[in-house]
Amino acid sequence: MDNTTIKEHYITEFRKAEENMNGEASTAFHLIRKNAIAKFDELGFPTAKNEDWRFTNVSPLFKFDFKKGNTVKLNNSDIEKYLINGLNENIIVFINGIYSVELSSIKKQDNGIVIDSLKNVLNTKPELVQNYIGKFAEIDNGFTALNTAFASEGIVIIIPDNLQVKGHIHLLYITGEEGKHVISQPRNLIVTGKNCRVNIIESYHSRTNEANLVNAVSEVVVGENSFVEIYRLQQENESSFHINRTQSILAASSTYTHYSVTLGGAIVRNDTNIKLNAENCTGNLYGLYLTEGSQHVDNHTLIDHAKPRCQSNEMYKGVLNDNSRGVFNGKVFVREDAQKTNAYQSNKAILLTSTAIIDTKPQLEIYADDVKCSHGAAIGQLDNEAVFYLRSRGIDEELARKVLIRAFANDIFETIANDIFHEHLNNLVFEKLK
Amino acid sequence: MLSVKNLFVKVEDKEILKGINLEVKAGEVHAIMGPNGSGKSTLANVIAGKEGYEVTGGEVTLNGTDLLDMNPEERAREGVFLAFQYPVEIPGVSNATFLKTALNEIRKHKGQDELDALNFLKYMKEKMRVVGIDEKLINRPVNQGFSGGEKKRNEIFQLQMLQPTLAVLDETDSGLDIDALKIVSAGVNSFRSKTNAVIVVTHYQRLLNYIVPDYVHVLVNGKIVKSGGKELALELEEKGYDWISNPKGEAVAV
Repeated sequence: MDNTTIKEHYITEFRKAEENMNGEASTAFHLIRKNAIAKFDELGFPTAKNEDWRFTNVSPLFKFDFKKGNTVKLNNSDIEKYLINGLNENIIVFINGIYSVELSSIKKQDNGIVIDSLKNVLNTKPELVQNYIGKFAEIDNGFTALNTAFASEGIVIIIPDNLQVKGHIHLLYITGEEGKHVISQPRNLIVTGKNCRVNIIESYHSRTNEANLVNAVSEVVVGENSFVEIYRLQQENESSFHINRTQSILAASSTYTHYSVTLGGAIVRNDTNIKLNAENCTGNLYGLYLTEGSQHVDNHTLIDHAKPRCQSNEMYKGVLNDNSRGVFNGKVFVREDAQKTNAYQSNKAILLTSTAIIDTKPQLEIYADDVKCSHGAAIGQLDNEAVFYLRSRGIDEELARKVLIRAFANDIFETIANDIFHEHLNNLVFEKLK
Repeated sequence: MLSVKNLFVKVEDKEILKGINLEVKAGEVHAIMGPNGSGKSTLANVIAGKEGYEVTGGEVTLNGTDLLDMNPEERAREGVFLAFQYPVEIPGVSNATFLKTALNEIRKHKGQDELDALNFLKYMKEKMRVVGIDEKLINRPVNQGFSGGEKKRNEIFQLQMLQPTLAVLDETDSGLDIDALKIVSAGVNSFRSKTNAVIVVTHYQRLLNYIVPDYVHVLVNGKIVKSGGKELALELEEKGYDWISNPKGEAVAV
């Protein structure tokens, strides 16, 4: 199918879904969806002509007839392999995008904290999300439009002032159904009040070998003096697609830290954007991707310094093997008002073969004059002298290369405050390098 | 121990070694001296198995085993150790982790049990005392930010840790002040035993005051042109390499 046919297909799907809605079609929330489908009709799917999608051709997606998945009966033992021992205080499981009450386990929280599926919230208290969804993730491409148009399921986390979620919330997205190409479009919303704290792990997995499509949008609203940390792990099979947009907005004196780890997927596109929207906030964006075969991983980030005295740290590192391809585009805006900004950006990649490709573009736009901004991009290969040095001490070539790749990623590891996640990621990296 | 027979080596079509013969027996220290560009480092690298060298003739065996057929890690496990002229910095890998991995790879090869963290630490502390290396260097990434002297000391520390059968020291004295030279030499001397051997590659005689060789070989233009006892090194120091490369005794302007 071509871009236009596929577009028509989704618009038809939307109309069909609408016909099957009873009262819901007249809700305020559905208006957001309707506006989104109109926007989708206008935008269509991005093509290489769109500057932001120049290096990522999404047309391989159109070869598949993606269908909404069904709930698949899974046991606790089926999901055990996806859990991280020590970080599983709260587990929320989505199978093919559908919330699984049986597999999820949420500890009792302080009064007022909401951790629930979007579907449940829309059925019971839509006013909780009404003023947030779609307010931050601006619809500027077909994927965000499509996600918004079909927004019905995902996670909602709302934390009122002065409360925190103890431990971690692990969001597990498991996709796949035998003999079917599943599309799942999680829509997540995380909102904190003042002086809150929450640690979230988002991990995406494939159940089957089929090509699936995850088109996820998350909006994160970090309240004043709050602390939000998200670890996102993309571990899908190597024929699947993942389009992710995570849009965060920070209030005064807040800290937001986002890790993007991409190990799986045929084509992965992440738009990880933050807006430092009040004074004295800190935004940290860290990324690590390891690709092989013909994987394609595109990380677009935008750090918008809208107000003075904020700092941002960004570091993305990639290791590309075989014929895989990486894209990094890191925009940093420092607006006129954002004096005393401190912005640091670095992106580095190593290419393990002569056929791996990386397109990297740091992009700083600075309109304030009293700021400290630095950026650096480096692309290199594994240091052969170092490989020989390790081998000359009895370490075989394969292990020597692994050790050096792990060492390359060490700058990212050093930023991880959580020892358990540190160890988990370390194991994932070594496993991927096998 | 080590036997080098009629070794010819090319680097990018240029012949560097032109028929080297060298017999090193257990318990011996051999010094290879020679002017810059004579092929000293090439010989050291070929023994260790570095890529980029084409052996066009001859053989290199260690206790009867053909080294040239092995990759660098196999040679290391068989007991070859090269102390690098320019030790490589490896950011992100701690010295201790690196050595634990290396030591256990070698132990596995020898059919010994791997050392666990505790036993490794005990063993390492003992060797740290021998070489007098600072604890903070052990926990830092391999050679990263080390001074020239610290890097060389780290090489000798690795030598002590890995206890090879054949140690090849490539210009270990370069960049060392006299105090560092003494420490490094003491580390090498305490390594020496009846069951191992050392090849010291050096431009200067100075190091040989501290690591006293049994034999000195002079390498000029890819060939060993003269061999002798430790006195030969002193003679070279006094007369310079021209004395040998220009045996007719004609003075050559410096």
